[in-house]
Amino acid sequence: MQQEVTIIRATRGWRSINLRELLHYKDLLWFLTVRGIKAKYAQSVLGVSWAIIQPLFSTLVFTIVFGSLARIDSNGVPYFLFSLVAMVPWTFFANTLTDSANSLITNSAMINKVYFPRLVLPLSSIFSKGIDFAIGFILLILFMIVYQILPAWEVIFLPWLLLVLLMSSLSIGMILSAMAVQYRDVKHAMTFAVQLLMYAAPVVYPTTNVPRQWQLVYALNPMVGVIEGFRSVFLHTVPFPYLWLGVGTVISLVLFIFSLYYFRRMERVFADVA
Amino acid sequence: MAPLIIEAKGLGKKYRLGAAEKKSDTIAGAILKGLKSPLENLRQIRGLSNLDREDETVFWALRDVSFSVQEGDVLGIIGHNGAGKSTLLKILSQITEPTTGEVRISGRVAALLEVGTGFHPELTGRENIYMNGTILGMTKKEIDLKLDAIIDFSGVEKYVDTPVKFYSSGMRVRLGFSVAAHLEPEILIIDEVLSVGDAEFQKKCLGKMEDVSKNGRTVLFVSHNMTAVQNLCHKGIVLKNGIVKFTGPIEEAVHAYLGEYSDQRMELHTNGQLEFENDHIRFISARILNQKPIETKDDIQLEFSFEYKGADTPVLDVTYHLFDEMNTLLFVGTSGYDLNVRPSQKKLTFQCTIPGSLLYEGNYKIGRLLFVRDKGFMLLNINDALAFDVISSGTGNFGWMGKKQGVIKPKLKWIV
Repeated sequence: MQQEVTIIRATRGWRSINLRELLHYKDLLWFLTVRGIKAKYAQSVLGVSWAIIQPLFSTLVFTIVFGSLARIDSNGVPYFLFSLVAMVPWTFFANTLTDSANSLITNSAMINKVYFPRLVLPLSSIFSKGIDFAIGFILLILFMIVYQILPAWEVIFLPWLLLVLLMSSLSIGMILSAMAVQYRDVKHAMTFAVQLLMYAAPVVYPTTNVPRQWQLVYALNPMVGVIEGFRSVFLHTVPFPYLWLGVGTVISLVLFIFSLYYFRRMERVFADVA
Repeated sequence: MAPLIIEAKGLGKKYRLGAAEKKSDTIAGAILKGLKSPLENLRQIRGLSNLDREDETVFWALRDVSFSVQEGDVLGIIGHNGAGKSTLLKILSQITEPTTGEVRISGRVAALLEVGTGFHPELTGRENIYMNGTILGMTKKEIDLKLDAIIDFSGVEKYVDTPVKFYSSGMRVRLGFSVAAHLEPEILIIDEVLSVGDAEFQKKCLGKMEDVSKNGRTVLFVSHNMTAVQNLCHKGIVLKNGIVKFTGPIEEAVHAYLGEYSDQRMELHTNGQLEFENDHIRFISARILNQKPIETKDDIQLEFSFEYKGADTPVLDVTYHLFDEMNTLLFVGTSGYDLNVRPSQKKLTFQCTIPGSLLYEGNYKIGRLLFVRDKGFMLLNINDALAFDVISSGTGNFGWMGKKQGVIKPKLKWIV
């Protein structure tokens, strides 16, 4: 009989993700993702509508505070649209960060009882946020129709934007989740760090407000390219930000590769310290 | 000889325990400590995973554990709490890595350290079957094929589309075990999960496990329940303080384990302690004369010796209270019911026999040992005098391995 042989021993140093194993557990990833969505909206009156309420209300508040009161420049488009377009990717980014950072801690009972590739936990918490993103995106399209704005031809780069968004959310989420197992400080820091981070991204103000010589440094934050890309495509605020997005792509790629190794390295102690 | 399916060599696992915090005794010291504590915390939390620094907080949960398992073996892993059983299982099921040594496993492993892992209360029974099944390593396709059998076996057909949060705990366990029972691994690792659930379901589980082993698959089974271990396994490993104490046939392993039982006190002697002596009486000894281990079919021989110090010759009696491990009083044995001795000599030895085929397997203690004069005047009272284990003779269990039903198991006479 041909059998797979497993050798269990102490591992050292940096290793890459075991893709074949992850593939075997793809169904688990799927069910965890579904579980994340179902459990989130179970026994709630408004259900999935919450996915609309959250970005919509934040946008309304921003429109009043930053648009009407502080009169922040919105590149010549209605401030409401200006911040809504940013809020859709930003909400996804912020929610996946908090959720995936906590994913290993909240499931520590599972980690202690069964072996499975631990990566599916942060992955599924990110994927289950995908539904919220999709709903937010539809909302955005609806407002585009209401305001009668056509997207620019660069809309073909949308997959590129989404890829950078996904990669940066994934990698930062993975790094934080692995750190949070050992250092619970991550959990405490996340709630306000995400709020602070929002001001380090062009959510309530345009990148053009940042001094020109600093814009490239500013674009090291991968969300800068993503958000300005969204604005350029849907609102024609700025020409498509190839440079900003290019910088963001490189950064998110580096982060992504690092996070895969980092997660794998930390994985072996999860059960001992969780 | 069947091929080796698990081969463990020199397994060791180090953990770091939390050390007691150092207290400062001045206000200035406390303030200084408060400022330094983040650094101290960092050092301590880093230490959880970095075990290179040897100090008093590092401890070996397992040390140099080597064993091998052949295909088709049903191996019992026994030991006291903290002996390292769970750590060993966690290593074998890849939940945690060993610090030293290695294991070679040929074949697919399913580890059942808990039933219903990953169950989410908001999801229905059906959804949770998929959830739990995929966590245990099944694919959706495999579950699709076995879904009916799983639902059928669990006995919760009617509620399979109800969220699990409305289930009773028993139903949850049934559903969880049912999923696990339909895994088809080459190697099945089971922790003490069978102590849950009701009698009927336990029998079902046991039957399922026997099927698994009959099909030539390998089973590793951890339990405190010696009856269960003896019924199910044919080989055993005894762990003590992280070290393998014994490997071999299960009967010998169980004996080795029970022989180690520190809670057993087969003899109590006076060593001149004042509490065992007063103006009237001097306690000499209380003993169980049986050889260890005591089986359920054995008569249990008790012997009590003491010296009466008074000058008169009163009626003297020995009385003892027999408690089981739940501290239930099973009976009061007293020579006063059966004897009426007015002994002439001063040193006396009373013997008492508890008939065989009366007690359940388990741990018992002679909780109160009384010496009484003239059927009413207590001369001496010794608490917790003796403790002993009774193990199953392995007959008449009908495969039942759960909790005791009732407190005694007398052999009865039946006529048809």
